[in-house]
Order: sequence, then structure tokens, then C-alpha cells
Amino acid sequence: MMNPVASDLLLRVEDLHKCFDDHVVLAGVGLEVPRGSLFTVLGPSGAGKSVFLKCLVDVLRPDAGRISFDGRPLNFNDSAARAEFRRRCSFLFQGNALFDSLTALENVALPLEQTTDLADLEIRERSLEALRQLELESYSGHYPSQLSGGMQKRLALARAIVTRPELVFFDEPTAGLDPLRRNAVFAMIAKYQRQFGFTALIVTHDVLEALCASDRVALLDQGRICFVGPPAEFAASTHPVVCGFRDSAAALASTLASIRRGENIPSHDL
Amino acid sequence: MGDLALFTGRSFGDALRSRRLARRFGRAVYEQGALCLPVILIVGMFTGLVLGLQGYYVLNRFGSEGLLGALISLSLVREMAPVLAALMLVGQAGSALAAELGMQRNTEQIVALETMGVSSHGYLVGPRLIAALFVFPIQTALFVAIGLWGGSVSGSLLLGVEPGVYWSSVERAVGSEDVRECFLKAAIFGLLTISVCAFHGFNAHRCRSATGARAVSASTTRAVVHSSILVLAADYVITSFLV
Repeated sequence: MMNPVASDLLLRVEDLHKCFDDHVVLAGVGLEVPRGSLFTVLGPSGAGKSVFLKCLVDVLRPDAGRISFDGRPLNFNDSAARAEFRRRCSFLFQGNALFDSLTALENVALPLEQTTDLADLEIRERSLEALRQLELESYSGHYPSQLSGGMQKRLALARAIVTRPELVFFDEPTAGLDPLRRNAVFAMIAKYQRQFGFTALIVTHDVLEALCASDRVALLDQGRICFVGPPAEFAASTHPVVCGFRDSAAALASTLASIRRGENIPSHDL
Repeated sequence: MGDLALFTGRSFGDALRSRRLARRFGRAVYEQGALCLPVILIVGMFTGLVLGLQGYYVLNRFGSEGLLGALISLSLVREMAPVLAALMLVGQAGSALAAELGMQRNTEQIVALETMGVSSHGYLVGPRLIAALFVFPIQTALFVAIGLWGGSVSGSLLLGVEPGVYWSSVERAVGSEDVRECFLKAAIFGLLTISVCAFHGFNAHRCRSATGARAVSASTTRAVVHSSILVLAADYVITSFLV
């Protein structure tokens, strides 16, 4: 497997550690995200995916490790560097984190209003353009609570891309959605990632959708990355953790067959 | 207290550096002003009515009904209006602010602001603190005005004190230093209550006894209780320095 050359890397994470009291969540995570790629970090619930993502955007402070963005080390203690990083990145939250007291248009306009010196008219035009691109223009005056779950997700994406970021982080974008909506969300991310040209870093536990949509995948297990590569390699990997995660549906079928046959399944195997 | 002071200072500083402050300031004025006006007027009116009744019967014993206006105006201007208006604003605007910020913390809206590079202190808290410095004195002035009117209703209209005697007594009794004290107290109470309520709502996630909706409820309760106590304690301290 060829590693991306340094100039093609947008984000590099080295030896990231994070503990909560005695509980080790990240135990030396390392990752390289190529520019323009749709990169997915897979992992079971509780593997530390969201913590990993929050460490990358300085919502949580890692205990140790190095993060480089666009070839330069990130120092979140430097307010100018932090502001520059945040200007070039966006974060799409698991629960969307839309402002329920603001309309769809106001939600999308908020980052432009607060972080740029653009004129009001230009902010309005750019916000409406983002809404139009995500097919929400006719809902610009609606509040988030008046929109469906899928529309809220698109609205959150519109807000994330309106500042034209180079890197968008997606925290469990399909959590709690049915399979049809999961497919739709991944298709939406893949479509707009290509349309707007940003690099996408997604954390999820939806294997099938991630393998279909991603350029590269990584598997996070017990605080460490145990696989990184293209989806085809992931599908063919014989790594035991990858197999266990990837083939969970087959394992479930086998367990259910055993139960139907009346075999005694130890609780720790369930 | 140190955390609260840092929180307040950061909120002011970030708000003054933030973009498009006027719009959020306007919204905060509306929340603390227009939305709280009915309760201020109702409580102010009944306070004046009761002061008129109580004051009349006490002064009547000494044949001094002509001082009713002075009694009511000094009671309102020096103590009752700033304290009661602040307590009403704690109940209405302060509790709403704590609950709103608590919900915004719970639904990651505050973290979302930070990831956008927007100071959540400057965007959400600062404009409300600045608004409180203006709105609390105005609400207190309205409380005094409606309270004096309530006193005149019970004193003059119902109990027969000459309206001219009542209003001239008011005019003679209240000096500019009383008005200054009243506005100073109102501004300080405004700053204290809004910063305490915002602090509790903003830090709802740090609540050790509860999580989620219960943490919002607990932080709102703490906000109301702490700011009410703080208003009364601050009133004592300010009065002891000014009297």
C-alpha cells in the first residue's frame, strides 16, 4: 500500500493520547488524511471515535500527541493558529447542534456574520446559495424544529460548508437513522464532498455505507488504529479485529442459528 | 467567585470585540425589557398600593398623613424598587437565560459556536450583560413610577389624602442622591443577576448531581436562588456604604 506523500496530506495525527481519570480512551492514535479525500474512521460504540474527533478540533484537549494541519504543527494554545484552523475547518455534530431560536437562513449565516467582515447582503446571498445547493432554499424561514431529520442534517451541512472550509469533520452523521436515511446521508456527504472539494473526515460505526462512500477507512479499536487503507483492502483484510467488525452480520447469523438449534451460548459471547 | 469574575470579564471583553453586537444587544434588551415589563408594572403597582395602605394607617396615628408621599417615594427609590425589580427580573429573565444556556450546552450549540471560531461568551452572554446595565435601571425607574402611582391611588383616591399634598411630599422628599443610589443599585443588581444566571446555565454540564434535562433544571434553580441571595446581600453592602 502506498502512503500519501507529505504535500498531499491535509491532516496528520501522531501518537494521540486521551484519558478520563483511569480510563484510557485514546492510546496513541496516528492517522494521515489525504487532501480531497473522504476518510472514514470506523469503530464500535465506545471505541473513542467521538473523543478522537473532539481532540482534533480542540473541544477536548489531548493528554499527548501531535496534530499537523496542512504541513504545519497545530498549537491550540496559540490563539491565532487556533482561529486560522477553525476558519479552514468545520464540524458537523452528531445531533446537528443547530440553533433552535434561529431560522434556517440565520443558522447558515451565523458563522459568516461572526467570523467574517462580509457585508450583510453578501452574507445573505452566500447563505441562500448554500441553502439552494442543499435544496433547502424554500425552507429558509423555517426553524430547525419545523424541519425533518434529513433536512436538519442538510441544514447542518449547509452551515458547515458556507464558510468554504477545506476540512469538514463529521461526528456519527448517521447515528440513530434507519438504513434508508443512512444511505441518503452518506450519499449526500459523498456528493457534496466532490461538489465543493473539501476533505471529509467521518467517524461512524456503519461499515457498509462507509466502505461504499469512502476513499480510505481506518478502524479504531481500544484506543488504537488497527487498520488504515482503501475500502477494498478493508473488505479483504484478515486482521482479526477487522474481521470481527466487518463480519458482525455473519457472526450474528451464526449466533442466532446456534440459539435456534438450542445450543447454550455463554453470555460473554453475546 | 473567581470563576464568576473571570466568566463575566471574558464575556464583556469578547462581546465588545465581537461582530454585529448591536443586533444581539437589541434582542437582549427585548428579553429583559419588553418581556419583563408586565411583571414589573404589576408588582410595582401592588407594591405602591400596599405601601399606601400601610403607610397611611401608620402615619395617621401620628397625624402625619401629609408625609405619605415621602414615605412611599423614599421606600421605593432607596430600597424596594431596585430590590424587587431585580428579584422579578431574576424570576423572569434570569431563569429563562439559565435554562436557555443550559439547553444550548446540552445540545452542543455552545460547543458548535466554539468550533466555528465564535466566542460563546461574547456571542451568548456578553450582550445580555451589557443590556442589563441599561435595562435594569430603566425597569427600576418604571417600578418607581408605577409604585408612586399605586401609592397615590390607595392614599389619595381611597383614603382621602390630598393629591397635591401627596405629590408635593414626593417631590420634596426625593433628592438627586437618592435617584443616583437607586440607579447604581439597579445597574449592580443587573450585572450580578445576569452574570450569575448565565454562569450557571453556561456550566450546566459541570453539574455533579445530575445530567441532561435534570442538570438544566438544577442549574436554573441554583441560578435563581444564588442570584436572589446575592441581590439581597449586595443591597446590604451597597446601602451600608452609601448611607
